[in-house]
Amino acid sequence: MTSASSQPAIEVDGVTKTFGKVEALRGVNLRVEPGIVFGLLGPNGAGKTTLVKILATLQAPSSGIARVAGLDVVRQAGEVRSKIGLAGQFAAVDDQLTGLENLEMVGQLYHLPGSVAKSRARTLIEQFGLEDAADRRAKTYSGGMRRRLDLAAAIVNQPEVLFLDEPTTGLDPRSRIDLWAVIDELAKSGTTVLLTTQYLEEADRLAAKIAVVDHGLVIAEGTAVELKERVGGRVLAIHLPDADQIEPARVILDEYGATPYVDVAAREVSVAVGAEPGIVAEIIRALDAGHVTVADLQFRQPSLDDVFLALTGRASEEVDAELEGARR
Amino acid sequence: MNLRWTLHDSFIMTRRNMLRYIRLPENLVSITVQPIMFLLLFTYVLGGAIRVTTPDYITYLLPGILVQTVVFGAFATALGLAQDAQTGLFERFRSLPIARSAVITGRLTADVMANIFVATLMIGVGFLIGFRFGGSPLESIASPGIAILFALPVAGLFAAIGLTARSVESVNVIGFVAIFPITFISSAFVPVESMPGWLQPVADANPFTRAVNASRALALGQDTGGDVTATLIWTVVLLAIAIPLGVRAYNRPR
Repeated sequence: MTSASSQPAIEVDGVTKTFGKVEALRGVNLRVEPGIVFGLLGPNGAGKTTLVKILATLQAPSSGIARVAGLDVVRQAGEVRSKIGLAGQFAAVDDQLTGLENLEMVGQLYHLPGSVAKSRARTLIEQFGLEDAADRRAKTYSGGMRRRLDLAAAIVNQPEVLFLDEPTTGLDPRSRIDLWAVIDELAKSGTTVLLTTQYLEEADRLAAKIAVVDHGLVIAEGTAVELKERVGGRVLAIHLPDADQIEPARVILDEYGATPYVDVAAREVSVAVGAEPGIVAEIIRALDAGHVTVADLQFRQPSLDDVFLALTGRASEEVDAELEGARR
Repeated sequence: MNLRWTLHDSFIMTRRNMLRYIRLPENLVSITVQPIMFLLLFTYVLGGAIRVTTPDYITYLLPGILVQTVVFGAFATALGLAQDAQTGLFERFRSLPIARSAVITGRLTADVMANIFVATLMIGVGFLIGFRFGGSPLESIASPGIAILFALPVAGLFAAIGLTARSVESVNVIGFVAIFPITFISSAFVPVESMPGWLQPVADANPFTRAVNASRALALGQDTGGDVTATLIWTVVLLAIAIPLGVRAYNRPR
């Protein structure tokens, strides 16, 4: 990694991708410095996976230029492939091969000499805590073990840039936390990691820098702290005992901050408010004067959920629902 | 990508697919129990009712059922590739610095190996129930050889189907509907002359009939009457169709 410090690990300039009439990417610009975990955050269908596929040379962009480790992903695809690792949304392991055999095969396909591929496989099995299952076929693995094996396969070649496309989707909370620890370790070893996720918590936890993607565009970029600052101050969320009270509560909250967000199903109205002292008490008095009964109230640091809401005007779950609706 | 690495990558893929043959019970059955079962059922259940030109039905049947079995093996090619596409393994392979052709050539090579095994097994069992070669040793090897060669372009076409199909299940349906009429409307199990007049030209035009006739003539040590040449031409023509289709399907973004 001689020139790694002088050039970005990933450079994306005006990349678009259309599938028929669908514009999956509408001009993405991105710059990822080497050695960090970079999070691509966005709902299903935002274009995250398409971008990863382009960067991992699986698809060509419709227009624009993308470079990984300084190499053009279209014209130098072969060289790019020898410098990257990819763990896609499905754990890409051969069910009929054992954990060791899977890793050995990938090592051989990276053209490592036989003995090196063998010892590298052994090392990775230990590093990912799969010693006990090393000689068992992957079909006997749990979801979490498969993901770990998949991740191990992605770093057989000690890649400069590692792409993780929703690495913890479908995992139980325990396995997710395990996998986070593994990704942390990888990042410490100097590998640049591009991680996509729909879990705001995950990006917050793992990524030094985050780009929020929506409808094929990067709509915000920064550290988790910077993004949270964009919401401004803190978030006050009130829960109402019945649905009749939602509208009056919304009208009152509208006076105190940015446009309040209403979650009808949860009977919750939330609003980002300034940090002035006494604001919470003031709002409660106003609600009381407006005959709004409050069942519960939270005053919290904005989460990345709030960030997403502030940036797009929709909650990330709503986007999922919209997509579901569009598919039907 | 130099030739050495291309061969290396193809070899690694071949080995992987051969392991899958041995380890997946359904794959193993399809290359052992199933062909023997068909051979015995045809010989002892239908054999008595079918009038053939050879002294006994097994001599007539074996080359036919051999070609049918190896062509059926193309199913394995399509299914294997469709499975790989579905599990995301393809994405991994396509992100590796390997020869683009290795995934397909590795698959086809393993399937040819499986076919050689099946042919040996069937001829062995055939011997036990009365089959004998009637030609020279060279013709005796060429008889299963031409069957296995003919199976290659069929496997190539099925590879393209496997790579294009939406699911493993749809491969099954497409394959089933295509391959049963093609193998049965041929000289594989009964003489074409025994079919109704309107069906005979169809059976005669079927490249499968040419391959069966070529393999059978070689097994009996008879004059192949241009069937070997016709089979070789069909092989080349079908490969010329299958290769670009397969490569396009493989490189198609998914």
